[in-house]
Amino acid sequence: MGQPAIRVEGLSKRFGSLTALDQVDFDVPPGTVFGLLGPNGAGKSTTIRILTTILRPSGGRAEVLGHDVVREASLVRRLIGLAGQFAAVDPNLTGRENLRLIGRLTQVTRRRIRPRAAELLDRFDLAGAADRPVRTYSGGMRRRLDVAAALVPEPPVLFLDEPTTGLDPQSRSALWELIRELVNDGTTVLLTTQYLEEADRLASRVVVVDEGRIIADDTPAALKSGLGDTVIELTMPDEDAAVRAAAAATGGLGEPPQREGPLLRVASRDGSGVLFDLLRLLDAEGLVPRSVAVREPSLDDVFLALTGHRTRSPEPAAPATQAGTP
Amino acid sequence: MTATAARPYPSARRPPGPARLWLRLSAVARDGLAVAWRNLIALRRVPRLLVFSTIQPLVFVLMFRYVFGGVVEPALGPVSYVDFLIPGIFVQTAVFGSMNTAIGLATDMQTGLMERFRSLPMARSAVLVGRTAADLARNVFVVALMTAVGFAIGFRIHAGVLSFLGGVLLVLAFGFAMSWIFAVVGLAVGDPETAQAAAFPVLAPLVFASSAFVPVDTMPGWLQAFAAHQPVSKTAEAVRVLVLGGPATSAVWQSLAWDAGIIAVFAPLGVWFYRRAV
Repeated sequence: MGQPAIRVEGLSKRFGSLTALDQVDFDVPPGTVFGLLGPNGAGKSTTIRILTTILRPSGGRAEVLGHDVVREASLVRRLIGLAGQFAAVDPNLTGRENLRLIGRLTQVTRRRIRPRAAELLDRFDLAGAADRPVRTYSGGMRRRLDVAAALVPEPPVLFLDEPTTGLDPQSRSALWELIRELVNDGTTVLLTTQYLEEADRLASRVVVVDEGRIIADDTPAALKSGLGDTVIELTMPDEDAAVRAAAAATGGLGEPPQREGPLLRVASRDGSGVLFDLLRLLDAEGLVPRSVAVREPSLDDVFLALTGHRTRSPEPAAPATQAGTP
Repeated sequence: MTATAARPYPSARRPPGPARLWLRLSAVARDGLAVAWRNLIALRRVPRLLVFSTIQPLVFVLMFRYVFGGVVEPALGPVSYVDFLIPGIFVQTAVFGSMNTAIGLATDMQTGLMERFRSLPMARSAVLVGRTAADLARNVFVVALMTAVGFAIGFRIHAGVLSFLGGVLLVLAFGFAMSWIFAVVGLAVGDPETAQAAAFPVLAPLVFASSAFVPVDTMPGWLQAFAAHQPVSKTAEAVRVLVLGGPATSAVWQSLAWDAGIIAVFAPLGVWFYRRAV
């Protein structure tokens, strides 16, 4: 309906001879979460820096709520909040002082700053540490404060650059919950992530970027459709055993598993059922895997499916749902 | 054109038009003050910053007064060395203190705080104004302390309190101007260690090849030509005249002209670097 909250058209950015972004296009409808999914160096942060007026594009254009990020930069700055991956808060100020500083710099009225800071500290579970210098905070606390700081002026559009990288699972799901609440209240969120799971849980639409280009633009469900809900990985004692196991599995399951050296990967919609079948098939051949892992599909799996190659940079370990040896 | 924001934004206002200079200036003052407040809190909360920037001039005062004083004093005629020295120490303090501007801004770049500032609807020069203003406030404190120390070791005002305060203002103005040079240095190098390393080789000759601690007439001719005319000497000379008495006008104007020239060049340069710094 109507105008998109964020519009990106043919956006490019070159740093010298390096092309960080190459003709990127996407639209973000208001009141939704939009995910930019990709490995390190794919151009996710560059996109966010351009949209938040920190960098100027080399080509193309971008708008936030109908305002050009270059020509109307100062207007755009009044409409956005940014939380980066480096938790840009002042370590020498307390949590409360950090929020008040952002309030003053975003022209929140003096009367409003105090209650707004208190409200955010409460909401982000930082009330107890509110008056301690931030340098005494844990990484997760800093990250929460960073997101809280972005929210001080109640921006209608929020940019989150890898908001949960390095967070423990508990802080991560707490932050996801907060993002959902914001979107329910009408905020538009653009978030970058290296976790397929995160994009899947939050975003209604996901763009996959690789080396500055968009390689997929779809709903998370569609992206995952070829991947199944779970990925089973079997590590066989050697490559020879893996080849025999792959043959056995293909006969039994009707679909050949992916093989890389001694590793077999099976994407399935029915994790435990398929695992059971698979182990039975191997057992019939006298094959015993060295290890078995059952996990959710990762960015790496999406890349493998889309491009035929893995991500170039190592992905930070995604939380495995279960793993073990039989 | 109206944005179809899902929710109205409370404080979204059209920014002032380019012609409305006073609105822009008040935005610089408002945002600069907020940033200065933040920098001064950091100074209070990390006292070692203040302690080190105080101890160093303190060591200089005592060292010059008691180690070199005996050698220099006969060359000064009727003036006692401590009276000669304290105005020089003021200037030296202000000049070395400007290094903090570079370190502070470089630190903000490294921690990512600068990126956040650049995404906020604040005046483009406010981060620099706030930094230099906080460093000015720190200089007020350090100069007051040096005055007290000076009095304790025999320094006296000879030309009236108002004239002395005029000298102090001159020192502060010079420190402020130097801060803008180091704002550019800090933004250009982008990390605090390099900023510090880059600052010293520039500062040391300015401060030592000057009339801050010794009269320049014993220096070799080529050095004298530099030492007699550079801004540290001019300022030290002007402050000295304001404190000790004598016809002050020419040196005072020359020092102020240096300040104006430095700010006119380095403030726009600093803002230019700030817009480009990532």
